[in-house]
Amino acid sequence: MSIIDMTIKETIDLLRRRETSSRELTELALERIRQENSRINAFITVCADVALSQAEAADKRLGTEDRISPLCGIPMGIKDNLCTRGVRTTCASKMLEQFIPPYDATAVERLLSSGSVLLGKLNMDEFGMGSSSENSIFGSVRNPWDTERVAGGSSGGSAAAVASGLCSFALGSDTGGSIRQPASFCGVVGLKPTYGLVSRYGMAAFASSMDQIGPITRDVTDCALVLNGIAGHDPRDSTTVRGIGEDYSHGLEQDELQIRVGLPKEYFGSGLDEDVKNAVYKAVSMLEEAGAVLGESSLPTTDYAVEAHFIISSSEASSNLARYDGIRYGYQNANAKNLEELYRLSRGDGFGSGVKRRILLGTHILSAGYRDQLYIKALRARKMITDDFMKNFESFDLIATPVYPETAFRLGEKSGNPLEMYLGDIYTVGANLAGLPALVVPCGLDRKGLPIGIQLVGKPFSEKLLLRAGYAIEQRVGRLKPKTKCQG
Amino acid sequence: MEYEIVIGLEIHAELKTRTKMFCNCRNEFGAKPNTLVCPVCLAMPGALPAMNRTAVEYAIRAGLAMNCSISSFTKMDRKNYFYPDLPRAYQISQYDRPLCYDGYVDIDVNGQYKRIGIERIHLEEDAGKLIHDACVTGSLVDYNRCGVPLIEIVSRPDISSPEEARIFLETIKTILEYVEVSDCKMQEGSLRADVNLSVRKPGDLLGTRTEMKNINSLHAVQRAAQAEADRQAAIISDGGSIIQETRRWDDSRGESYSMRNKEEALDYRFFPEPDLVPVVIEKERIEEIRKDLPELPTSRKDRYINDFGIPWYDAQLITQSRPLADMFETAVGVCGNPKLVSNWIMTDIMRRINEDKDFLSVSSLDGKKLGRVLDLLHKGDITPNSAKEILDILALEGGDPDAIIEKRGLKVQRDESLIAKAVGEVLDQNPQAVADYRSGKEKAFGFLMGRTMAALKGRADPAQVREMLIHHLNKQ
Repeated sequence: MSIIDMTIKETIDLLRRRETSSRELTELALERIRQENSRINAFITVCADVALSQAEAADKRLGTEDRISPLCGIPMGIKDNLCTRGVRTTCASKMLEQFIPPYDATAVERLLSSGSVLLGKLNMDEFGMGSSSENSIFGSVRNPWDTERVAGGSSGGSAAAVASGLCSFALGSDTGGSIRQPASFCGVVGLKPTYGLVSRYGMAAFASSMDQIGPITRDVTDCALVLNGIAGHDPRDSTTVRGIGEDYSHGLEQDELQIRVGLPKEYFGSGLDEDVKNAVYKAVSMLEEAGAVLGESSLPTTDYAVEAHFIISSSEASSNLARYDGIRYGYQNANAKNLEELYRLSRGDGFGSGVKRRILLGTHILSAGYRDQLYIKALRARKMITDDFMKNFESFDLIATPVYPETAFRLGEKSGNPLEMYLGDIYTVGANLAGLPALVVPCGLDRKGLPIGIQLVGKPFSEKLLLRAGYAIEQRVGRLKPKTKCQG
Repeated sequence: MEYEIVIGLEIHAELKTRTKMFCNCRNEFGAKPNTLVCPVCLAMPGALPAMNRTAVEYAIRAGLAMNCSISSFTKMDRKNYFYPDLPRAYQISQYDRPLCYDGYVDIDVNGQYKRIGIERIHLEEDAGKLIHDACVTGSLVDYNRCGVPLIEIVSRPDISSPEEARIFLETIKTILEYVEVSDCKMQEGSLRADVNLSVRKPGDLLGTRTEMKNINSLHAVQRAAQAEADRQAAIISDGGSIIQETRRWDDSRGESYSMRNKEEALDYRFFPEPDLVPVVIEKERIEEIRKDLPELPTSRKDRYINDFGIPWYDAQLITQSRPLADMFETAVGVCGNPKLVSNWIMTDIMRRINEDKDFLSVSSLDGKKLGRVLDLLHKGDITPNSAKEILDILALEGGDPDAIIEKRGLKVQRDESLIAKAVGEVLDQNPQAVADYRSGKEKAFGFLMGRTMAALKGRADPAQVREMLIHHLNKQ
């Protein structure tokens, strides 16, 4: 195994003992990207020069500073909807194909100041809208476990890059499952933090009230380390909370889990693939082994979740994406003869069809005469769904569910049917609507040899507990590896 | 046919916070285009607004000064529309939970108070400015003003004449200046008004209203309202009906033209701004702000009229400007003679302000110095001419009134022997006039008086000189 396939935790020891250097790790990662990216298509932009100079700076710090972040010198990839100063940030859209931000997203800035090395920017569904990473002007991301299959989305590039060793860890963003579903499809760990734990500053917004940035990593311990690096109040994002200063990596290995775990019956009904169901049940029994008490729970409003999520996210998106007007930055159609044409042609050409569908529907939903019937009603449903979750947490410390009704589907299999694609988000959108933390941990393979993840959802700011439970499952499952790499 | 006019005003005032409403860019007028901008106010991807608390507090100050209730919980909303001067393509504003509501102000219509209701005051951000330059094809945009905090003050339709509309705007402007939340420089656009107006026959229901935008002077408000009332009355008199529409007032041409009608009205698709958490304002804080408010112009004016006996017109004019009213009160405090101070402010000081509108802020002549000069004048230690001379020096060069008097020898001469000497000399040099006086020609006395005052360089108490002159004339 190459050192760049190691976890952050394993790499830290080598770096501290000076048995490897950040420069060596970075060169290995860049070499792996050169070899593999044409197959996986995870990276949109690779910034080798930036990475190498950051690696050298990290090596200096590793040699001189005593108190140093565990993330110092570790090569990372960043989803391409998170702004990186001086490095092109496209959102996988023609609209921002040439956009170079003059600032870093807060989460990126924190990682860079910890000494992490930016390898480049990761492919995704355009503006985060999609569940397959096929809606990108840079082409589809391919699943490292089977390149005929999707990596999931919208953070497909982040999950695929971590799974195939193109970087040690990645940041993704999650508005309706965009970290968790690709993590599940690619057999890696993904966390959508509690709304307000990680600053959204510098993330090109999809749906502001639900967007969260989170880590995608090889294991649970790494997830905790990266979360340590990005969490915390940011004066530039007033929705971030104060006073949550935890070391998420501390005490993960305490195996005694004196917790109650709920299994919402609505999440295990028809439409759920048998292999997925069995793998999730098996993982839950591992929690039981570790001391947890299991029980059936209920989230009766589950049926409304996808619709409510769709209505709210589309409404916010229609407003959030209005700033891309071709005037100050981004794509501008040169043939426009007047202002109206400038808007129409620039936005008509600059956005892909999935994004335009969202904008049109969101605009319609907020229009006079429909707003009350659709938007206001969806807000009420959101409140009911949130109340449902909170009621569950009176009896349970966390709830365990599948992530997606099936494992990674084939490229192109669903791209003609957006409705089916939205419905697949049924198990993940609840955490976004209710602002809850949700962790995905690999828990097995289906009969095709594709990875399956389990989702653990907890109370607001219960990340630590989720990570401990995830760790207990991970210890019992062992690490899953893509077939392709075994073959290679 | 006489028509009743019904007017409501929407007034936009920029708040003079140090920084913009949602970012740390400086809030300043007149900088080079696009130098006061950042990713937040340019709406670059992922840049988020963060609320400037001072803007909230300024809006509360304005609300309290206009007798509004203050919401203890308020939120921002997005008002969505496309325009090149609006980078996010939505304005962060307030829709259904304005910060201040249900207030009023009393306007003084020629000595009679009339109460005008304030429906709401809400917070929002300003947009940038389009610049049309002959040197380039198309338009340019200056984003410096983007994100400057504004309050929008919405009156109830209680205003019933174009003159009242002007007085109302003037009253609002004065209040905002008193509580020091806005510069209210209409020529720089930091105070702007929209006029909503309809006409009706007495006793009828409200007529269809139009909204006129882009009005940026006190007189333009009156002119625009009058023109619109006349236009509507003419249409109705001809049997026509008013179309609900938005019109743009062109002050140079003295007429308005239609911008868009009801069918073309924009649907702003308001929804709560998810990037900002709701603002919770503690009751104690509201009370602190209330306690901190200065005495407002109406109350001051009433006090000047009732306690000081100042004429209405003078009190009205003096209280129109807080610096002027402050100068008045300080000067009264020093010299104890309100009428004297008010007379001098209405003449001498107003002349200086008319010559330079920034006189009070740039000159070192303040209320204390004015009070001292008028105190000396009142006691007869200096003459009115000397007082003018001293005020000129104080206005131009600064300094201390007593030192100037000392240095220039402006103090009134009271030494009886010196005055007697001057009188004696004048009588000796003008025997003809003395003879005339004694033969009953009263005019000769004025001549001798003038000569004596001139000999004393005007720096003597005329009463004392007169007494001495009569004494000497009668003695011989």
